[in-house]
Amino acid sequence: MDVTTHDVLLVGGGGAGLRAAIAVSEINPNLKVAVVSKVYPMRSHTVSAEGGAAGVIKSDDSLDEHAYDTISGGDWLCDQDAVEAFVKESPQELLQLEHWGCPWSRQDDGHIAVRPFGGMKKMRTWFAADKTGFHMLHTLFQTTMKYNAIFRYDEWFVTKLLVDDGRVQGVVAIELMSGKIQAITAKSVILCAGGCGRVFPFTTNASIKTGDGMGLAYRAGAPLKDMEFIQYHPTGLPFTGILITEAARAEGGYLVNKDGYRYLQDYNLGTPTAKPVLRSMELGPRDRLSQAFVKEQEKGRTIDGPYGPVVHLDLRHLGEKLINANLPFVRELCTKYQNVDPVHELIPVRPVIHYMMGGVSTDINGATPLPGLFAAGEVACVSINGANRLGSNSLPELLVFGARAGKAAAEFASSAKPISNAVLAQAFDEQRRIENQYLRNTTGRERTSTLREEMQTTMETSAGIYRTESSLAAGAKTLRQLQERSDNLALDDHSLTFNTDLVAALELSFMLDVAESMVQSALLRTESRGAHQRTDFPKRNDEKFLAHSLVFRAADGRPRVEYLPVRITRWPPGERVYGQPAQKASAS
Amino acid sequence: MADTIKLEVSRYSPETDAAPHFQGFEVPFRRDWVVLDALNYIKDKQDGSLTYRWSCRMGICGSCGMLVNGEPKLTCATFLADYAPSPIRVEPLRNFPVVRDLVIAMNDFMRKLQRMKPWLIRKEEKPVSEGEYLQTPAELEAYKQFSMCINCMLCYAACPVYGLDPLFSGPAAIALAQRYNLDSRDQGANDRLPVLSQHDAIWGCTFVGECTRVCPKHVDPAGAIQQYKLTAALDWVKSVVMPWGGK
Repeated sequence: MDVTTHDVLLVGGGGAGLRAAIAVSEINPNLKVAVVSKVYPMRSHTVSAEGGAAGVIKSDDSLDEHAYDTISGGDWLCDQDAVEAFVKESPQELLQLEHWGCPWSRQDDGHIAVRPFGGMKKMRTWFAADKTGFHMLHTLFQTTMKYNAIFRYDEWFVTKLLVDDGRVQGVVAIELMSGKIQAITAKSVILCAGGCGRVFPFTTNASIKTGDGMGLAYRAGAPLKDMEFIQYHPTGLPFTGILITEAARAEGGYLVNKDGYRYLQDYNLGTPTAKPVLRSMELGPRDRLSQAFVKEQEKGRTIDGPYGPVVHLDLRHLGEKLINANLPFVRELCTKYQNVDPVHELIPVRPVIHYMMGGVSTDINGATPLPGLFAAGEVACVSINGANRLGSNSLPELLVFGARAGKAAAEFASSAKPISNAVLAQAFDEQRRIENQYLRNTTGRERTSTLREEMQTTMETSAGIYRTESSLAAGAKTLRQLQERSDNLALDDHSLTFNTDLVAALELSFMLDVAESMVQSALLRTESRGAHQRTDFPKRNDEKFLAHSLVFRAADGRPRVEYLPVRITRWPPGERVYGQPAQKASAS
Repeated sequence: MADTIKLEVSRYSPETDAAPHFQGFEVPFRRDWVVLDALNYIKDKQDGSLTYRWSCRMGICGSCGMLVNGEPKLTCATFLADYAPSPIRVEPLRNFPVVRDLVIAMNDFMRKLQRMKPWLIRKEEKPVSEGEYLQTPAELEAYKQFSMCINCMLCYAACPVYGLDPLFSGPAAIALAQRYNLDSRDQGANDRLPVLSQHDAIWGCTFVGECTRVCPKHVDPAGAIQQYKLTAALDWVKSVVMPWGGK
């Protein structure tokens, strides 16, 4: 078996991974850093982010206000020390990206322009029209090309973390082009593999978002945190699930029901005004807006479409000029995929799975409890997002915690012991497992796509916007059965060259683990907080659940949940208030 | 309207085939399906060995470029309804080595892009603590179009020059070099000159304009190339007439 060796290895080449790789190179150019990614880095899902990146830069704003918006938006489940570091470093990181060439939208005087965003009390969201993630990712990717020390494994799929002597020492990966399976060892490994929206049937997430990084960590013994907190974005196009950015509402778009009524006023989100008001109505947080949709549906006030009920997003009053300048991608997507021109017509939308607040548990430097293993970006849970992430916080999170994890992993690698020989035996075992279970298996009977569809349907019915004990318990049972059936997969493709059938089977196995961790965490959290709404426990319970869920994989493969107290620094738990007069960031 | 439609898909495996061949598949015809939906239907329900790249299915990741009835297209944005009821032919992008079925090798582009130095070059870096480089909306507009390239490779598949001369840097790489050359914050045009002014970079282009026609993001690589030719020619004239560059 081939073995290659690096000091720091990035698993995933999206925003967090590339930022981390640059951080390693800048801290110590002598460290050998490599990025292994199942797609070319510029294909990573960061590319799809539209609306913007939050960072305090204007004189009427303050770090405390950004922190308070984030913490209240997260229903007090955020770790406040992490939030404080995040809001402080975010503007520096966004400026750094500007210095690397990111084409941020500008004011007439040449300074950075900012726009309003959901749940934010001040205008602080930087944007590059409505292709912010695309421009950030390409800027980062092109910038990595100037660092000779950054080696890339493009289109390699990681199947396992190598752990020996109590620390992570590398990975086993398949080179898709050749089918070669090999060990890539490293003194530290940073997971930047993104989220897992694909465990659900209807999602904004790209096909590559299958929870691989979460599954890798979970199987290696690292806990996942707050997996029950799953964000529905309120405005996805029906059928495709394509995201219509919150920026459309920040620019002044209305959400209306079948009567043309701005229904959010009925859900404690403020009173409608012609111009958008911050932290009010359409600029409320995503969890509350998605929940309001379900209530409207129950009242029979949604519109029946060919793919289920929808409401309408109305941008017509914004005018063609503003839409073309600030929302060109929204217009392109609606015209191309929905056959609707938002300049003249209403856009049908419905809530759609968008983001995982939970992920691999890390500290404020991206370190997981497993030595040598770090994580950053959507795959990780630091946690700055708590029970509900605010729009435009995830892009700066990639940068801030990508850079922090890069720095910490570089330091770890500089002092780590050499790679132990035992990991090679593990790598051989993993190679045999893949060959025997998948490539050479001729007796399997289950189809990957069938199990995947059953898993997705199960997740939607058991762990959707509203959950109950019975829905979750039924989901947990079905997922267990799917796990057993997945041991018996039959691949159509047994070849070595670019075997995407094999990749799909491996992705399914990660998704099933992640799905089980979500349902079990949701079952045991008998309260409602942020994006986790239990109709049988409709109130928040700070006495019992001002705590993160930590889910470990037990020896029998089942999830086991523990709790970890939330770190509160200056903002004691309070009521989430939207649509009211300005409130002070009540720092004590 | 028929309730199914036929796809003729190019199949090739280096492990078993001497050359690519076509295989027909019947898939449901649905008005809101794109070609990629039909390929996914085949892979999920009929033949899991069908091999192609895809990811975002919203026209921004650049993965799913293929030939549809001979034209380079993003298959996530190409509707079956535009071709029905006739069969639809799906092939890998032209001008690239085929790895398998609809997957092409694009490492040549990755090398060419890197040679262009596609990053912001400054003579002196300003510390981040001193804030942003100012850039007016008009200055942003000067390069913005060229920054929209999603590296989908449709322009290379359409480019007759790249087809004949693989040394040609090609439309996307040149457009991205221009993206930085035209950025008011960049001072690296001279660093990019040696690569850009090589015969196989700029001068290879005969201004066919196919690259601009097929570009799904309206980047206009042909415009970038022509624009740069003019700059380079003027620089050359200046250097001949005024050997010290007119300074």
